Amino acid sequence: MRSPLRFERRLSQPRWLTVAVPLLSLLAALILGAIVLLATGRNPFATYHRIFERGFASQSALSGTLKSATPLAFTGLCASVAFRMGLVNIGGEGQLFGGAIGAAWAGIALGEQSPGVVFLAMLIGGALGGASFALVAGILRAKFATNEIITTLMLNYVAGILLNHLIFNSTSYWRDPKSAGFPTGKAIGTSARWSAVTIGQLAIPRGWIVAMIAGILVWVLYRKTRFGFEVSVISDSPAAARYAGMSTTRKILSVMALSGALAGLGGASDIGDFRHVLDAKGLQLSGYGYTGIVVAALARLNPLATLVVAVIMGGLTNAGFALQGPDFPSGLVGTLQGLILFTAVAGEVLTRYRIRLTHRHSTPTVAAR
Amino acid sequence: MPDGVIRPADAADPAVLGLAAIVSAPAVRMLGIVKRFPGVVANDGVTFEAARGEVHALLGENGAGKSTLSNILTGLYRPDEGSIEIDGTSASFDGPRAAIAAGIGMVHQHFRLVPTFTVAENVALGQRDGSGRNQLKTVAAELRAMGARYGLPVDPNARIWQLSVGEQQRVEILKALYRGARILILDEPTAVLTPQEADALFATLRTMVSEGRTVIFISHKLHEVMAVADRVTVLRAGKTVGTVATSTSSTRDLARLMVGRDVVFSRATRARPADLAATPLLQVDGLGSNDDRDRPALTDVSFVVHAGEIVGIAGVAGNGQRELAETITGMRTATAGTVRIRGQTVPNGRVRAAIAAGIAHVPEDRLHTGLAASLSIEDNLALKSYRTAPVARGPFVDRTFLRSHATEVMERFDVRAPGPATPVRLLSGGNVQKVLLGREFTTNPLVMIAASPTRGLDVGAIQSVRQLLTDAADGGMGIVLISEDLEEVLALSDRVLVMYEGAIVGDMPAASADTERIGLLMGGGTVGTATTSQGAP
Repeated sequence: MRSPLRFERRLSQPRWLTVAVPLLSLLAALILGAIVLLATGRNPFATYHRIFERGFASQSALSGTLKSATPLAFTGLCASVAFRMGLVNIGGEGQLFGGAIGAAWAGIALGEQSPGVVFLAMLIGGALGGASFALVAGILRAKFATNEIITTLMLNYVAGILLNHLIFNSTSYWRDPKSAGFPTGKAIGTSARWSAVTIGQLAIPRGWIVAMIAGILVWVLYRKTRFGFEVSVISDSPAAARYAGMSTTRKILSVMALSGALAGLGGASDIGDFRHVLDAKGLQLSGYGYTGIVVAALARLNPLATLVVAVIMGGLTNAGFALQGPDFPSGLVGTLQGLILFTAVAGEVLTRYRIRLTHRHSTPTVAAR
Repeated sequence: MPDGVIRPADAADPAVLGLAAIVSAPAVRMLGIVKRFPGVVANDGVTFEAARGEVHALLGENGAGKSTLSNILTGLYRPDEGSIEIDGTSASFDGPRAAIAAGIGMVHQHFRLVPTFTVAENVALGQRDGSGRNQLKTVAAELRAMGARYGLPVDPNARIWQLSVGEQQRVEILKALYRGARILILDEPTAVLTPQEADALFATLRTMVSEGRTVIFISHKLHEVMAVADRVTVLRAGKTVGTVATSTSSTRDLARLMVGRDVVFSRATRARPADLAATPLLQVDGLGSNDDRDRPALTDVSFVVHAGEIVGIAGVAGNGQRELAETITGMRTATAGTVRIRGQTVPNGRVRAAIAAGIAHVPEDRLHTGLAASLSIEDNLALKSYRTAPVARGPFVDRTFLRSHATEVMERFDVRAPGPATPVRLLSGGNVQKVLLGREFTTNPLVMIAASPTRGLDVGAIQSVRQLLTDAADGGMGIVLISEDLEEVLALSDRVLVMYEGAIVGDMPAASADTERIGLLMGGGTVGTATTSQGAP
């Protein structure tokens, strides 16, 4: 018995669909979420209203949202940059840890220098820390065709263990020797703390501004430059790239380095903007790297859309923090984020295929050539 | 009415003539078949009739509706309008199984075989009656008997991956016969065969029709149709243009029916500029290289291409042609020998150096090697020129320039597409090839390596591609034409080299070359008179 539903590949994707589908996906997620809320005896409208209020509706809510959105923007860009070339870098997590280690080093070592110098040093330290983790996987992929999904995933654990080692299992440069009892990281110098840019009540983390600049630069790089042109050819057809004399090896290395550096900047922002110490446990609990993959997927790997999606996801997280309590289970926000991903992936199918209702005996409508 | 006209030369068995005369109701009659797809009418009132005991060719350009018609006959599609009669009784297939039950078998261009299964297993696959290992023995015995009867020798216990393409095709035919096909459809069956294998296939088809079976032979190769078919139905743009007996028509007539105008392609139209012929452009000396699995693929290949010369390289696919093209163009590293352009050695294994030296390349796999299929026409036109001005502006790609350049190239090479931003994968085969040729020609190369440049194209597109190549040669370009299509090699080339197992086994002026001798060389046979002289024709 054939199913009456048929998927038919679209020959071209109309432009309006690429906007309409994500919006409808979001709406579908809210409707599904409402069903969950109703089932657990809550008023969906009131809940959504509170989430919106605490996530986006006031300047202080927005400040909190940007704080949550900043690391997601970086890990989202990290994933977008790599996925666009068909490199499945799921190591944003470990690369962000690497960046945090690098930036924390700069923040401690140069903590009393002038703020501008430390800021730059921390950005460079973060980028290098992230890039070096990504390059391990990149070199293995470029030289030995090792599957980067596995290596980047494994390196996440390596980076986590390295964090634990630096703070808990050794008297490293990053560990605060004065911390009695539970070991903590050494605080960065006072001039290494990134002050937020304030507009009225709205506090914009400096990391967010870096993320926006990075997002725009990545967009220009991929859209307008020869580098981006090569990436698009390689991702579409490695054979065509070889035919045109492009060096795939070199491009894998540069894209992985760039991808890791972006996640590493997220780590630098975590140190400079928020925690001011290398927080081994806190970083590992946050799961920025993995959420970043979701952000990139929802943004359809567009760097500018990645920034927007990061704000939406950050807003949900932030509202979750603010609303957590006996009448608002902490799992609810995670459920909503999961539903959004689910509907977005389902929506993605609609942009590529059209669904047709047919009756049982009709024939597959695939044009013969 | 449908008395199959049998050409005496092909009637190996005198019984054929007798059988053809008995036939009354046609084996297949399709009347007013209409099949619409979103945006296209693939079959627009097609009428088709094939008699019992005849080879009936279905001829037409790509997109003329041949595949749709055969898919309707094999039950894959249901027609929107029209009727089908098999042996005089009306039939309506709700799926391929019903068509098989009605005695219709199809040999697809791309085989439907499981590579890791044996021949017998593949034939037994999908048969619902009976099961178990014992059945396989019966199947094997039957296949042996059938193979002997029809001249289709295949070891029933061999695994498919061990077989050559020609043998796999025999398995497909045996599979159809085993399932009781009285009407056998073959979709471009000779595309993968050597001339000798094709002749053997034709003999098999004659045996089959002499038993009263019907063979429907889909092709766009005119000489084959003339050689094997009794009658030909020509389709053009989804409509039946006419049915003619091969005995009363010519290749030229068929070509005209197929494209709706006169088609000229013969060497006679090519006047070679004599003054260019003295300049050697490309010199290949003792070239050797390995294949993807690091086994030697080319051994000691040497030849010279002069300005204005087209050197054809004939051979069965897989005899080192791809490696030769890739080594000359720097995609593959040579293990021995040199490639020189105007006397200058081209650095080994470096594509960019080869491009810079003036070597253009039209690869066999145009859609995935020669082009990036999902990217736009304009991006694909920039595939080789994006590194240098005027396409490159510093680190940036000048999109405005690219757009106007693309519009120009599309106009000059008659690329039909909605616009320069259209992804290449949405274009028809002919337009895809024109984009590729447009890019390669606009780099003003000295030498072009063209591999199967017309394969899979329809007659109209074949003609324009050939015209582009000959015009370029007349303008002084040196062209290496690698093709399995011997007719094409002979029609375009000044000189023909034959490749077999990675070596040049024959070298002769095209004017004095004969198909049979080249065919023998292609198959690894030795010919006493085969010369290996180098140099200008």
